[in-house]
Amino acid sequence: MQGNPLEEFFLHPIIRLHLLGFDISVTQAVVSLWLMVGITALASLYFVRVATLVPGRFQTTLEMLFDTLTTVVDENVGAENRKKFLLPIFVLFLFVFLSNFLGLIPGVYTITSQIVVTGLLALTVYLISLVIGFVKHGLKFLSILVPEGVPGWMMPLVVPIEIISQLARPLSLAVRLFANMTAGHTILFVLLSLTTSLAIYLKWLPFSISVVLYLLEVLVAFIQAYIFAVLSAVYLGQAMKLNH
Amino acid sequence: MDVHAAALIGMGAAAIGVAGSGAGIGYIFGKMIEAVARQPEIEGRVSKYMWLGFALSEAVALYALVIAFIIMGLRK
Repeated sequence: MQGNPLEEFFLHPIIRLHLLGFDISVTQAVVSLWLMVGITALASLYFVRVATLVPGRFQTTLEMLFDTLTTVVDENVGAENRKKFLLPIFVLFLFVFLSNFLGLIPGVYTITSQIVVTGLLALTVYLISLVIGFVKHGLKFLSILVPEGVPGWMMPLVVPIEIISQLARPLSLAVRLFANMTAGHTILFVLLSLTTSLAIYLKWLPFSISVVLYLLEVLVAFIQAYIFAVLSAVYLGQAMKLNH
Repeated sequence: MDVHAAALIGMGAAAIGVAGSGAGIGYIFGKMIEAVARQPEIEGRVSKYMWLGFALSEAVALYALVIAFIIMGLRK
């Protein structure tokens, strides 16, 4: 095997910039991030402005995704809060999905394979859920740390566990997406480099596996975006309803 | 034993964590097949949760991978 399987994820500055001691160079990840934000915005604009009564191919796909996310929000946050939560969660889903999916195109940098991107998304969702909880319920929101039906003498044991599980939420949300994307691309790299280094009569084996895995990666790109949206909806829903 | 060799062993040991995820994924698909065999009309409703569970348990394997990467970063 030649080269480092993680080489794909190394950042190469295109324009070097420094501000107040921070490195804010424009790397290929930044360019890709702008691209994804632009495409998400364009897709959303298309959905709002250009959409026709008889949907075309692209609009049908978007409407299917929108319906799926509507069900997710209705089940987890509640249909009465649909107006407030559906659009942010849909745009979050669309952004993560497009980053995962378009990142599979060779040459396009997968920005969700940077933990700073997924971490920022997860932390934002989690902080919003905390703010919603404290604004809506005040200090009563802390009862989220106390599960129902637990006897009093168990509290010193249960509450720290609940605190840890709360703190692990943004971490697991971020690491899940990041690790899935990184691992998928690494596996494809390893298989394709095996294709180049193996003996000629064995080359077909890793190559055909890589084709199948590529399809699996397309599926994973969708599922991970879906899970990200579902878990965001679950966390926001718990903050809204305050029961578990 | 030098640090480099120990790190390689550690990375290999981290890969053991994948076993649990493999068992989990197999369990999910097995249960799905069982459920659909008993009640074929439920497939559409159940498959959503199957893929959710598949992705969640697959992610557990990738945590092991992340640990292996962390060890790889500490190697030098």
